[in-house]
Amino acid sequence: MITVSNVNKSFADLKVLNDISINFEAGKTNLIIGQSGSGKTVLLKSIIGLHEVDSGSIFYNNRDFTSMNLKGRKEIRKEMGMVFQGGALFDSMSVEENVLFPLDMFSDMSEKEKKDRANFCLNRVNIQNSNHLFPAEISGGMQKRVAIARAIALNPKYLFCDEPNSGLDPVTAILIDNLILEITKEYNMTTIINTHDMNSVMEIGEKIIFISKGNKVWEGSKDEIFDTDNKDLNDFVFASELYKKIKKIS
Amino acid sequence: MNLFENVGKFSRFLVLVFSKPEKGKTLFSQIIREIDKLGINSIGIVVIISLFMGAVITLQTAYNMLNPLLPDYLVGYTTRESMLLEFSSTIVGLILAGKVGSNIASEIGSMRVTEQIDALEIMGINSANHLVLPKIIAAIFINPFLYILSVFVGITGGLLAGYLTGTVNLADYIDGIQYAFIPYYITYSLIKTAVFAFIITAIPSFYGYYVKGGALEVGRASTKAVVNSSILILLANVILTQILLK
Repeated sequence: MITVSNVNKSFADLKVLNDISINFEAGKTNLIIGQSGSGKTVLLKSIIGLHEVDSGSIFYNNRDFTSMNLKGRKEIRKEMGMVFQGGALFDSMSVEENVLFPLDMFSDMSEKEKKDRANFCLNRVNIQNSNHLFPAEISGGMQKRVAIARAIALNPKYLFCDEPNSGLDPVTAILIDNLILEITKEYNMTTIINTHDMNSVMEIGEKIIFISKGNKVWEGSKDEIFDTDNKDLNDFVFASELYKKIKKIS
Repeated sequence: MNLFENVGKFSRFLVLVFSKPEKGKTLFSQIIREIDKLGINSIGIVVIISLFMGAVITLQTAYNMLNPLLPDYLVGYTTRESMLLEFSSTIVGLILAGKVGSNIASEIGSMRVTEQIDALEIMGINSANHLVLPKIIAAIFINPFLYILSVFVGITGGLLAGYLTGTVNLADYIDGIQYAFIPYYITYSLIKTAVFAFIITAIPSFYGYYVKGGALEVGRASTKAVVNSSILILLANVILTQILLK
């Protein structure tokens, strides 16, 4: 479980996160939703330590990440997997080398064991016969899947995904969403996903947190999201014509 | 103020770069890769430039020494001293600052803007150490070899130019390149080359590592890296010459 407690973050005079407190549950897909510029990415980057928070604490299974030294953080980071918005695969490495990289750096496995593990992870995300290709030679959807394979190579306890299906067609987006959900259940991970895609919310959202203008405005399940009275959330959920029609029907 | 800020930031960056590497085996294989990328791939440009510079130095010296009181071996002597003391270390350093420096700044800068550096950090890897240390070690190791190659090719270029144009007598030129040879000059230039290798790799890495924004900023960082590393090479050249040849 990851606990965010009274976190504040500003950039110069601009307050981006305002007293945010959230419990992200283990074995569940926790979705942070909100408009562009609402503070989702800053919150996610603060949780993983890419941004230092101004005040407040972040706990990984009761271990205070914010007050840890570099060595302590390094140990926790070995338990993290991250899928970046653009995949962030290493350009100079092939698909297989990308997945092998964390194993090379942090595992004591033999070369054969590492190769087997990398191939297992690639098969898990349905990547076959592309091990020798470079990131520039594969599609956006494949890049995201390789990024997931790399993220799970070391059996992480925590999985973070920043807009995992942005820029993908609806069919591939659903495939990626379902893959993340399956992997979360399979490894009992605490998964946090940043998204503004309502289809993802309906497809895989188990716990949903709505952020607006740096404030946590609402949290609940996907079944509760349609019944909320919160105006900001309603404006966000029913922004598209499709969801307006669904609301009318229901 | 900006200068002091950058010096402080650069010092903190160097502390990160020179920390203990994650895995020695990985560092070694990265150094080998960087030697190939930064050194072996630069042999072509070093050979071409040194060959022509050696040729031009020889011809210019020969055409400006028409006084019969000046000995003929002076042409070879001047070419050797120019290549040995200044050209092969400083000028090749400046050329590599352009070629290698822009490559390093844009490579690391692109990694920053595409979140590849963040990906390394999330894995618990010291990204500055992982990306930059192999480049610095590789350049400090391979650049002295490029220097030696440049001296050799430059002197050969001078010999060819002088002989083919008939401006220099072969025996005089060979006499000249052996005349009053001071071995310490090689040590002096090798020290300069090693310092320049550090500047050529560390400064562009610094500018690339702290890029914020997109492709435009990567381009700007690359330009800044080349300009500033060239200025620092010239500054270091003056300081080292004063210290080492006093």
